Amino acid sequence: MIVDDEPNIVLALKYLLEEEGFDVHCYYDGDTAIENVAKVVPDLIILDVMMPGKDGFSVAKYIRNQSSLENTAIIFLTAKGTSQDKIEGYDSGAESYIVKPFDNDEIVAKVHDILGFNM
Amino acid sequence: MDARIVILVSLFYLLLLFGVAIYANKRSKVGQSIVNNPLVYSLSLAVYCTVWTYYGSVGRAAASGLGFVTVYLGPTIMAPIWYMVMRKMILISKQLRVTSIADFLSSRYGKSTFIGVITTIILVFGIIPYISIQLKAIGYSFDLITSQNSSNDFWDSSTFYKDKVNYFTILLAVFTILFGTRSLDPNERHEGLIAAIALESIVKLVAFLAAGIFAVYFLYDGLTDVFSKGAINPITSHLVTLKTDPAAATNWFWVLVLSAVSVMFLPRQFHVSVVENNNVSFVRQASWLFPLYLFLISFFVLPIAIAGKLSLPDGSEPDMFVLSLPLFHGHDWLALMVYIGGFSAAASMVVVSVISLSIMVSNNLLMPFLLKTRTAAIEGYALLSDRLLYIRRLVIIIILFLAYGFYKSVSSNFPLVSIGLISFTAILQLAPAVLGGMYWSNANKKGAMAGLLAGFFIWFITLPIPTLAESGIISKSLLTDGYFSVPWLRPYGLFGLENVDHISNACIWSMIFNIGLFVVVSLLTTQDVDELAQGDIYVHIEKYSNTPDMEVIRREASVQKLKQLLVRYLGSAKTRYLLKIYDGKLSDKNDDNASQEFINFIEKTLTGAFGSASAKLLLSTDIRRQSVTLEQLNELLKQTKEILEYSQALEEKTTELTKTTQELATVNTQLKQLDVLKAEFISTVTHELRTPITSIRSFAQMMEKKEDLLPEQKKEFLGIILKECDRIKRLINQVLEVEKIDAEVDALGESSSIDSTVRLALSRLQPQIEEKNINLTYQSSDSTIMVNLAEDKMLQVMLNLLSNALKFCDAQAGIIKVTLERNDIVNTTYLEVYNNGQYISPQYHNKIFEKFTQLKDGNLAKPEGSGLGLYITRKFVEQAGGKVSFISSEKEGTTFILQFP
Repeated sequence: MIVDDEPNIVLALKYLLEEEGFDVHCYYDGDTAIENVAKVVPDLIILDVMMPGKDGFSVAKYIRNQSSLENTAIIFLTAKGTSQDKIEGYDSGAESYIVKPFDNDEIVAKVHDILGFNM
Repeated sequence: MDARIVILVSLFYLLLLFGVAIYANKRSKVGQSIVNNPLVYSLSLAVYCTVWTYYGSVGRAAASGLGFVTVYLGPTIMAPIWYMVMRKMILISKQLRVTSIADFLSSRYGKSTFIGVITTIILVFGIIPYISIQLKAIGYSFDLITSQNSSNDFWDSSTFYKDKVNYFTILLAVFTILFGTRSLDPNERHEGLIAAIALESIVKLVAFLAAGIFAVYFLYDGLTDVFSKGAINPITSHLVTLKTDPAAATNWFWVLVLSAVSVMFLPRQFHVSVVENNNVSFVRQASWLFPLYLFLISFFVLPIAIAGKLSLPDGSEPDMFVLSLPLFHGHDWLALMVYIGGFSAAASMVVVSVISLSIMVSNNLLMPFLLKTRTAAIEGYALLSDRLLYIRRLVIIIILFLAYGFYKSVSSNFPLVSIGLISFTAILQLAPAVLGGMYWSNANKKGAMAGLLAGFFIWFITLPIPTLAESGIISKSLLTDGYFSVPWLRPYGLFGLENVDHISNACIWSMIFNIGLFVVVSLLTTQDVDELAQGDIYVHIEKYSNTPDMEVIRREASVQKLKQLLVRYLGSAKTRYLLKIYDGKLSDKNDDNASQEFINFIEKTLTGAFGSASAKLLLSTDIRRQSVTLEQLNELLKQTKEILEYSQALEEKTTELTKTTQELATVNTQLKQLDVLKAEFISTVTHELRTPITSIRSFAQMMEKKEDLLPEQKKEFLGIILKECDRIKRLINQVLEVEKIDAEVDALGESSSIDSTVRLALSRLQPQIEEKNINLTYQSSDSTIMVNLAEDKMLQVMLNLLSNALKFCDAQAGIIKVTLERNDIVNTTYLEVYNNGQYISPQYHNKIFEKFTQLKDGNLAKPEGSGLGLYITRKFVEQAGGKVSFISSEKEGTTFILQFP
């Protein structure tokens, strides 16, 4: 599951992950993501921080409070790159934190890594 | 009315006054003074209105019509001068701790004992007759109010113990002692007394107004009725016309001068207006409140006089019309009220005058004498202050019984006003020395002595002595033959002066000799060091009141000796208390040199308690003064003036510096705020740059790595990359634009058509409008409207506003309306851009057009732009001489309004 308000970034990630054979769902703001996450029950969410509606940290906290979603991994993908932001990100329950702009290979590897570990 | 009722009411009234005084003292001790305000201050000044005003004015009006007015006109006309002189007198007296008019003069002329002595003697001689008429009026009014009750044959004024005035005198003495000599206060402040005086002023005003209203509205049908009936009747017709002969004019003039001077320098006036003053600023309000009081209390004088003459039986005493009118017409209770009003007028005058005289007699007459005789030098003559209180009590009793004696032998034969004017003329003798001392540096002790003595002597031979002759105490032939039987030494026509009244005669000759000798002797003789130093304080008080401890001549003393001095004269308890109040840098070392500040403190304390001349004597053995010659002192005084000017200049510099520092601090805060904004801006800009770069990088990487991409995919990716590149370019351009605007001075001389620019902007944004499926309408009333702005700038303004509208309008059913119209009446073009989107929360309303402001709302976590669009818009619109504003509400959406001239 990809949540980001930048359509072009979502598009790029969708290409990359579908190429790898993943089933990809895309959302463009925090509120719709929360609405749909229980239906989708994704293995992994790539989450932007600054979005309209609920921001990424709130979405992550929401997911961490749902028992049905305890196996969902979270990767933050954001332009906010200070260490304080990273700490807040990990505190809200993320498995990984990637600062934009990202390397395609890195993000694919990270996804494989986390999902492989979980499975 | 029964005498017992009158006596009981009088006693009860005195008790009430005493209660008020005690209450005021209590309040003042806990710091909640009821006296410390301009109204009470002004009311206390009304101690000026004695029985002379209360009973005497009517008597004078009954004899000579409007002539009585001068006594109230004087203080009223002189109010501006009174204000200036009072202010200065108060400042000087507070600075030097002066507690009486005699001490004021003594201190000015080198703390001279002799000046203090003659001033005190003049005042005692001058005021005793004045006090005697108060006693007379109390006795007379008492007689009148109890006269219908014939049972009181107990009273017999020829036998001492049967004379009621005698008992009144005793009562007033007790009252004065209780009020004035409870303790020795170095400031001579009596808040309780002032509260009682203010109450008495209200009582006498209310009572007199009541009598006036009774006479005018109950006995007659208003003022017009009284005056018209008075004008017809031959007994009173002369009262309502003004006399115009030269003799009357001379008399008017001198009474005017006398009253103007007396209201400042009478001992009781000096006491209430200067010594008891809490705050020098009260003088300003008093300068109109006090004349107002005088106007009110003199308003009904003439109507009462006419009513009395017309309706009272022949032979009624005019001085008592106020009281006999209600009595004769059977209104006993109104009469009792009037009687209490008159009693108030008398009591307040007597108490304050006698307290003030007792301070002068003890401090300026007896103390220097005691200190110079051997007894004072004996150790163990301790606690001078206690002894002083006994002296004062004794003085009070003596003065009151002297006044009583004068009443018995002289005053009973004369109308109230003529005796009062004799006292005023005595006060006039002080005027040259006091005013000269305050405004003329060259005035000196010898001049003041000569003037005072000459003036007093002339006064004495032209008023009191002939008055004694008139009452038969000395031979009446003096009046017709003159002194030593020399015709041009006739007391009422001195040096052959004819056609003037007694008062004018006395005023003219005493002033000629007083002022003449004062000026001539001052010019011919020199001052000594003390006079020069004190004179400088008096004439240039503003210099000293700013720097209270400035010391012109250096003085040295040991702390221990000064402390001993205080203990010796004031007692150890009082000394401990005073030293506690004084929190200067006082060393405990016995041989330590006292600071100038401490020496000043001791000197002021002793001056307040014993008078300036006595304080000088007390300190003379313990303080060593740097010896200076007159020339040196003159030089020193000049220097202190320069130092003062220098310090004032320094103060100005400091104020300036403080101002600059504050300005710098403000600028600093502004810069810091700007810095924070800039930091935020940079973080926003970098974030905004990262986003497109992320997409670009990602798609470019895909195109590089994946060789199996379809041509359409490649094209799509390249399209995205190009779009994101444009986004970066736009951002960079805006940042540069802002920098340009900040540096730009003006951009005039260019213009463009609004209508065509709007159309151009709309065509540029067409793809987005269609993409978001927005309902956009544009209404233009006139396509020829021009704006004083280059087309590219106007285009940017429109693009900014429109893309904002696009960004914020409702996502599902967006509506944007653009309207352009011109109002020729107000000569303004309106261009409005409306969108139906989210409203702007009030916290942003002030900031929205500022640089770097971005809306961050719950629903809009991510700033979409650079925070520069509206700032640029505003700047451009302002360059075109226009204004930009907006209206935003939750229901209606947001409209941005541009106004161009």
